[in-house]
Amino acid sequence: MADPTRFADQAMEHMPSLYSAALRMTRNPADAEDLVQETYLRAYRGFGGFREGTNLKAWLYRILTNAYINRYRQQQRRPDESSLDDVEDFFLYRRLGGLEGARAGRSAEDELLELFGESEVKDALESLPEQFRLAVLLADVEGFSYKEIAEIVDVPVGTVMSRLHRGRKALQKRLYDFARDRRLTSAEPAPAPSDDDKHEEPATRG
Amino acid sequence: MDDQGMTSEPPAVDAGDLAVGEECREYLAEVHQFLDGELGAERRTVVQIHLERCRPCLGAYDFEAELRVVVSTSCKEKELPQGLRDRIASLLREVADDL
Repeated sequence: MADPTRFADQAMEHMPSLYSAALRMTRNPADAEDLVQETYLRAYRGFGGFREGTNLKAWLYRILTNAYINRYRQQQRRPDESSLDDVEDFFLYRRLGGLEGARAGRSAEDELLELFGESEVKDALESLPEQFRLAVLLADVEGFSYKEIAEIVDVPVGTVMSRLHRGRKALQKRLYDFARDRRLTSAEPAPAPSDDDKHEEPATRG
Repeated sequence: MDDQGMTSEPPAVDAGDLAVGEECREYLAEVHQFLDGELGAERRTVVQIHLERCRPCLGAYDFEAELRVVVSTSCKEKELPQGLRDRIASLLREVADDL
């Protein structure tokens, strides 16, 4: 049996990110709380089987993801695949790339946030079909590697890459559609990106 | 679309008209693996050298990187619901006592 103190020391610190992920999965605060609670109960009971030195955060996410799928999959019978449009690569950059440096002293990040707003970004992610939502959430929000995601959702690495690729494109399309619906962007594609973009290293999480 | 395939080949990225030079197509196709930190060290350096020389590719890379930051910061909850931590802690104590 797990030593409760040791478990608490190591696992409790991940609760904010687990709750955050649970909320993106369930889209409902009460369900997210239940899911996190269930995750900690299962993790506590299974802590004896957790190998020290392996990735505790990924292990907790695997439990969270399984709990979510077991609990909610029945509610979503419609096949996920078909509900994703085929979207071109660099969908947003083609339309909004010209925004960068549009106003002096503002980062593209600020421009994008002003255009979409936090709640719209959340809505766009939450609108993705489950398997694509999970892939984008685990990679882009939680920062897991392809291999870790493959272990968390129990699919091959190639499948993770494919879901990420399609999920990210779909996310861009939805962000654009949401913003367009609010008439914050024109329906016409933005002009081709200017070539006087600021010259910096792209941020990576390497 | 081969979603269940066992292959670990990255999905084909079509940069289309964004590619300025013929080699740009290849670099643009790697933007996500680069930003994901999933390129080998050697390839990573090659990409970085290209980006230092090619502003259009750098613009595309930068845009995707900034968008990642926006998605990540927007989708993280800043706070736990009131009392959740305490509820879970006491639940775990109960379970421990039962065993």
